[in-house]
Amino acid sequence: MTKEIYTWEAISAIVIASCAGDVFLSHAMKQVGDVGELWRRKGLVTVIGRILRNPWFIGGVLCMTIAFYSLLFALSWEDVSLVGPAAAALTFVANAVAARIFLHERVDRRRWIAALLVAGGVLLLAA
Amino acid sequence: MTSSKYLVLAGVTVCAAAGDSLLSRGMREVGNISFQNLPSIVLAILNPWVAIGIVFLLGFFASYMTALSWADLTYVLPATSLGYVLLALIAKFALHEQISVTRWLGILLISTGVGFVTRGPELTHNPSREISPRSARALAARQK
Repeated sequence: MTKEIYTWEAISAIVIASCAGDVFLSHAMKQVGDVGELWRRKGLVTVIGRILRNPWFIGGVLCMTIAFYSLLFALSWEDVSLVGPAAAALTFVANAVAARIFLHERVDRRRWIAALLVAGGVLLLAA
Repeated sequence: MTSSKYLVLAGVTVCAAAGDSLLSRGMREVGNISFQNLPSIVLAILNPWVAIGIVFLLGFFASYMTALSWADLTYVLPATSLGYVLLALIAKFALHEQISVTRWLGILLISTGVGFVTRGPELTHNPSREISPRSARALAARQK
């Protein structure tokens, strides 16, 4: 029982941290612009410099670090085929909501159906 | 979508699945980590499987950031969903974990759901291409 509680606590931490991280990183990269295009015009050093100087990027990396250590924690208790998909799929649903609110992405019916199917898949994985 | 962009999405998928599997393999050698034994989570990085896993996760990070520079977050995440299937196959054949029919169904459902999204547009909102109110006013003033 303790093992299960540890696992789901760690999975919750992964979801919250990586969702915040994803939103920050996505925002940072939209500010930086198309990496391929920028690389061709100004070179790789400029691209890396612009990414590393972006405060949203730094915030995103911090959140991802928390998510990574939570993942290590969860993996020491549970199989990769439960932790990996459960955390990633829950993150996907949380991200659909967060991307709509914070990033103003157009999350249409197609994307919502996908989110619900993913949530169903997660329930099956955890069953 | 150009072929190089599909290659970036494939990089995200493969590196994430390989990285997670290698971490899992390594963490099984490291053993359970508890709150009484927290420093061992830092030492876990010294395990070779965990170390190679981290290298793959860095590759994942680079390709993921590249994808996010030209596509929505709600496009990139589902578009790389084949990773779940890959993860299950690696878990079964390389890590010899038991995967029940229910878990297979779950993986299938996730892949179907997220496969939906890839048929839509990859970018729906790009703040960097929008004109700020100030530059819009400057543009209007110049045109007068």
